[in-house]
Parts: sequence; C-alpha cells; structure tokens
Amino acid sequence: MIIQALSFYLFAFVAVAAAVMVISARNPVHSVLFLILAFFNAAGLFVLIGAEFIAMILVVVYVGAVAVLFLFVVMMLDISFAELRQGFLQYLPIGGLVGVVLLAELMMIGGTWIFAPAASTVKANPTPAIDKTTNTEAIGNILYTDYIYLFQGAGLVLLVAMVGAIVLTLRARPGVRKQKISDQINRRPEDAIEVKKVQSGSGI
Amino acid sequence: MDGLLREYLPILIFLGIAVGLALVIVTASYIVARQNPDPEKESPYECGFAPFNDARRQFDVRFYLVAILFIIFDLEVAFLFPWAVSLGSIGMLGFWSMMIFLGILTIGFIYEWKKGALEWE
Repeated sequence: MIIQALSFYLFAFVAVAAAVMVISARNPVHSVLFLILAFFNAAGLFVLIGAEFIAMILVVVYVGAVAVLFLFVVMMLDISFAELRQGFLQYLPIGGLVGVVLLAELMMIGGTWIFAPAASTVKANPTPAIDKTTNTEAIGNILYTDYIYLFQGAGLVLLVAMVGAIVLTLRARPGVRKQKISDQINRRPEDAIEVKKVQSGSGI
Repeated sequence: MDGLLREYLPILIFLGIAVGLALVIVTASYIVARQNPDPEKESPYECGFAPFNDARRQFDVRFYLVAILFIIFDLEVAFLFPWAVSLGSIGMLGFWSMMIFLGILTIGFIYEWKKGALEWE
C-alpha cells in the first residue's frame, strides 16, 4: 500500500514537472520530449487506478504516434521560436490573470460538483469489479454491441481522417519515373529484341 | 485491485533500476571522465564535415502523411484488442460489428493504395 502511495506521488510529481517543462522549455523539440515523459507518467497513474487498458493505449497511441506527429509538426513549422518569445514578459500579467480566473472557475465548479444520488443506480453499464473482469474485457463486452453505432461512427471518423489527410497532403510530383510492374510484365520479347542474321565475315 | 498492482510491481522495480542505472552512468561519466572542453569539440558535428545548414529545416510533407496514416491504423488495432479479448461473450453482433468497422477502414486502405499514398516514388 505504501509503495502504491509513493509511486502515485512520484508519477504525479514527474507528470506535473514534465508538463511545466513542456511550456517552459526553450527548444520546442525538448518540449515534445517532455510531453512524452508526461504521457508515460499519466500511463503510470492510470495503472495505479486500475485502468490498465487505457494506460497501455496511452503508451501505444499517444507516445507511439501522437508524439511523433507533434515532433513532425514542430519540425515542419519553420518558426523562429526566439522571436515568438519576445513578448513573453510583456504579456505575462494579462496571461497570468486569465489563467488565475480560469483556475478559480474550475475550482468553483470542482468544489460544488456533486452527482445526483440516483445517477449511480440508473447507470446503463456499471463498472464491473476489477477482481472479476479485467479492464479490457469490460470495455470489449459493451463497446461492440451496446455502443455499436458509436463504434461504427468511430470507424467513419477514421475513414474521413484518412481521406482528408490524403486529399490535403498528397501531391504527385511531375517528372518522377516510377516503376510500372504491369508494363514490365506485359512486355513481350517480340517488342524488345530483334534477331538478325549476320553473315560471317561482315558486320551489320 | 491489490492483486492487479502486485502484478505490476516487477515493472516498477525494473523502471527504478533503469532510471537509477541511467543516472549512475550519466553522473559517473561527468565525475570520472576528464573534462577538457574546447570550442571545436563542442561544435555540432556531422559525419566529419561542418554541418551544411540548420537541423530544423522544413522537410517533405509526405513524412507527415505517413505518420497520420500510421496513427489511423494504430487506432484501428487498438479497437481490435478488447474485441479479441471478449469475442467469446459478445456473440455474432459483436463479431459482425467489428467486420463492418474493418470493412470501412479497408475502403480507406484501398483508396490510399490506389491514390499512391503508400508509394515513395
């Protein structure tokens, strides 16, 4: 139990520290690397509350794919980040003010938020006990049958994302020689070579 | 809950060893090795010649396309895991809902194949 508490504080502390570093690191590539560290620690926190499937998906999808995409975007944007930071101190008071207001609002909401007492009894799919059903199984039991429309909707969203990415970024570069395998296979010897009789002692 | 976390204890120990070892190696190389910096040693080094230009230059947008397509199929596989685990209890509806999902994504896959998004020219 003590190990659990200690690792919670460790993961939480490192996650918050990494998040601070994401917005304060000078080099944007370092920011992305700190973001990856924050993702890993969030995965650790998910494991601690027993949501292991979410934790593994966080590692696979966010660390494996989204962070790489962020890295690409950071490298593709050809921005002088030193220039971008010029007005940092100038805008610090008003930015800090907005942040404090948002924090106060969130704290007010969080302080007074209560679930209706009836809410837990009318849940369509209560979370099963973690000793009996594993996380992955609990999701799998309802995602593909009870929530079939949302699941198919997710598939359509992925399809639209795929088509959109291709439409936006794919451009055929002119003048590139490509290998056309069907043309190569369809070529007959008669088209390509010619047999000539050459008399001995004379050239062609 | 406790049983679940007990299964993760070796991973935590492994993580601790990995972090500790990394710290030991880095600090040891600071303490033990002789530090004698000079500007030439600390300048960026690229295969034996001076770097041609800045490392952060714009590169081709098609890397980005490959990354996006990777994310999409990554998510598709993420949906497959719980399905495979509980396939025994969700019946035919669960099986065919996944088949339709895969069919939708296969349409996208055929589209990108035919468009030549997977080719590197």
